[in-house]
Amino acid sequence: MKFELTTDQQDFAASLDSLLAAADTVAAARGWAAGDHAAGLKLWERLAEQGLTMLATEASPVEVCVAFEALGRHAVPGPWVEAAAYLPVALGAEVEGVATVAMPRALDADVADAVYAVVGDTLHTATAGKAHTSVDRSRHLFDVTPGDAVEHGDLAAAYDLAVLATAAQLLGAGERVLADAVTYVKQRKQFGREIGSYQAIKHKLADVRIALDFARPLVLGAALDPTPRAVSAAKVACADAAYLASRTGLQVHGAIGYTQEFDLSVWITKIRALVTAWGTPAAHRARILETLRSA
Amino acid sequence: MDLELSESELAFQAEARAWLAANVPAEPLPSLDTAEGFVLHQAWEAKLAAERWSVVSWPKEYHGREASLVEWIIFEEEYYRAGAPLRVSQNGIFLLAPIIFEHGTPEQQDRFLPSMATGERVWAQCWSEPEAGSDLASLKSSARRVSTSSTTGESGWVLNGQKIWCSRAALAQWGFGLFRSDPEAQKHAGLTYFLFPLDAEGVTVRPIAQLDGEEGFAEVFFDDVFVPDTDVLGAPGDGWRVAMSTAGNERGLSLRSPGRFTAAADRLLALYDERPDPRVADRVVDAWLKAEAYRLYTWGTVTKLKDGGDIGAAGSVNKVWWSELDVALHETALDLLGPDAELESRWLDGYTFSLSGPIYAGTNEIQRNIVAERILGLPREPKGVQK
Ligand SMILES: Cc1cc2nc3c(=O)[nH]c(=O)nc-3n(C[C@H](O)[C@H](O)[C@H](O)COP(=O)(O)OP(=O)(O)OC[C@H]3O[C@@H](n4cnc5c(N)ncnc54)[C@H](O)[C@@H]3O)c2cc1C
Repeated sequence: MKFELTTDQQDFAASLDSLLAAADTVAAARGWAAGDHAAGLKLWERLAEQGLTMLATEASPVEVCVAFEALGRHAVPGPWVEAAAYLPVALGAEVEGVATVAMPRALDADVADAVYAVVGDTLHTATAGKAHTSVDRSRHLFDVTPGDAVEHGDLAAAYDLAVLATAAQLLGAGERVLADAVTYVKQRKQFGREIGSYQAIKHKLADVRIALDFARPLVLGAALDPTPRAVSAAKVACADAAYLASRTGLQVHGAIGYTQEFDLSVWITKIRALVTAWGTPAAHRARILETLRSA
Repeated sequence: MDLELSESELAFQAEARAWLAANVPAEPLPSLDTAEGFVLHQAWEAKLAAERWSVVSWPKEYHGREASLVEWIIFEEEYYRAGAPLRVSQNGIFLLAPIIFEHGTPEQQDRFLPSMATGERVWAQCWSEPEAGSDLASLKSSARRVSTSSTTGESGWVLNGQKIWCSRAALAQWGFGLFRSDPEAQKHAGLTYFLFPLDAEGVTVRPIAQLDGEEGFAEVFFDDVFVPDTDVLGAPGDGWRVAMSTAGNERGLSLRSPGRFTAAADRLLALYDERPDPRVADRVVDAWLKAEAYRLYTWGTVTKLKDGGDIGAAGSVNKVWWSELDVALHETALDLLGPDAELESRWLDGYTFSLSGPIYAGTNEIQRNIVAERILGLPREPKGVQK
């Protein structure tokens, strides 16, 4: 029994984190939102070189979670869950280049080399149609028209890994918002004191710390044994915790937090989008209840 | 990274499960806060102790099994899953024993630990005072040094003052608490940790009825109570440090092992099956999910402790979580019970007790301050006005 990342896994997390911290991921996300994919695609290549697109087939779900937490912490744009979690398992092989899948709409189909759709129990190639605007401006979503069926592996397992990866991404995003909020409330003064010395602010942030601390073990537990129930639990807990982080982060920043120009907006909108992506909290709660009652 | 139990841990689990299945009373015992229930709970403690299940992590010479931390958690999980009675000895074995092991003299260990393990002597924690709750270090009850007692001729201390909210003090045999032994010293200095029989001359215990009507706690008055030097725990004046070494235990693992909540979540699911109500379904799921998060979180804590770490301020994260989970879990059960919720039941008892969780062991407001200041590094509260 050793319920903690191994030294190798911690090193992997740290190296990804320093790579992303040095990469100006926010600029890449803002460029991506504006339709300029150059920086984001360069980042994609570098992360693929680090092995991110092969984790789902070559490593364990723990490494997948480590990677997605880092992607969330740094708000890296692009269809990562689709290309590095769902499709490798669905296709049974690492994805070359950028690929996406409609679930129910295809994220970033405009930059993807390959687009897929799930029809019933089968996987199909697809072509992108009408574009939709997401609350997260860096998520470009497209309706698709399915084409030919393709050979596929375990679609249910692929879905579960995608759900888990989304949970980990939410965890990373939530951690980032909390860290930035803590930094801010230690600097900002009102009524002659740092606002972080006021209990109303402290207690809100403490609740975020507590929520994230108890979401993390559900992610790690699900990574060790990715049953439908475990990954749904991770997704619900991470969505709740990250959403609480985003609401609290916004509140403690005041009006500056409500501006698009301020970087916090990148995470607030991403968290909102990810809360409902890959299964809404209501859908995952229903799935948990079903598995518990049939147990 | 793994969650696998070793062969010997699995064997321990099987042994505990089998013993509990064969021995847990079929009918729930009456409340341990009643005179009748108290004695029956003591008998249950004695039965546990006879087979070395009362204090599994203790040394063998004190009725323990020298179980590892992992085994202890396993035992707790099995204990609550089996629906075994609440532990009437919990103040002693979970709050006092760790400091007797850490700060007690060998003589004190030999004198106090065995009867605690068997449940023969039940302890009450006498910390709070009417004017010193959250601000515990402002306590005023005093200890005055006397070189020789008029009655026994020993050297020791004379205690005066009042303690309050002492759980189980109405029925317990001994108490432990902090007294101000040096009125000149700074607030946290000059406190000393004492052990004393609750039937000592000069001690008056007055029971206090709780929300459920039972006399679960009491106030304790000290009127020139003599305590010999041999019943001082740790060094005189060092009481705050000694006491704080148990506060972490209380908030962290010891009082609220995850087994309690995973077992309660299982019962909640069973209740949902009996009385399904889709309007409450999400909250049933959340109660299960939070208990599961707590279970997994605890394995993370265990890993940390095994690697030589300590719980520290994370005990406060823990405390807010389990206490709020406990309330939510029971509120959800009452909602499923509908109009029957107000009628006496095990769920209602559990609910009423859960309401105290956010208050005792340091209120959740105080815990959130600790999380904000010690974990998030936010500025300290402005210092209060001293009277
Ligand atoms: C069921 C139960 C069992 C107990 N058992 C024991 C026992 O065995 N032994 C024992 O010694 N004590 C026991 N206690 C007492 C318990 O430890 C105290 O109730 C607790 O420490 C709070 O103190 P208080 O009740 O005086 O409340 P107060 O300290 O007066 O607090 C009242 C309210 O003010 C808030 N507050 C206080 N200070 C602050 C602050 N700085 N910032 C924000 N809010 C603040 C509190 O959070 C609380 O909401 C028990 C209590 C209960 C309910």
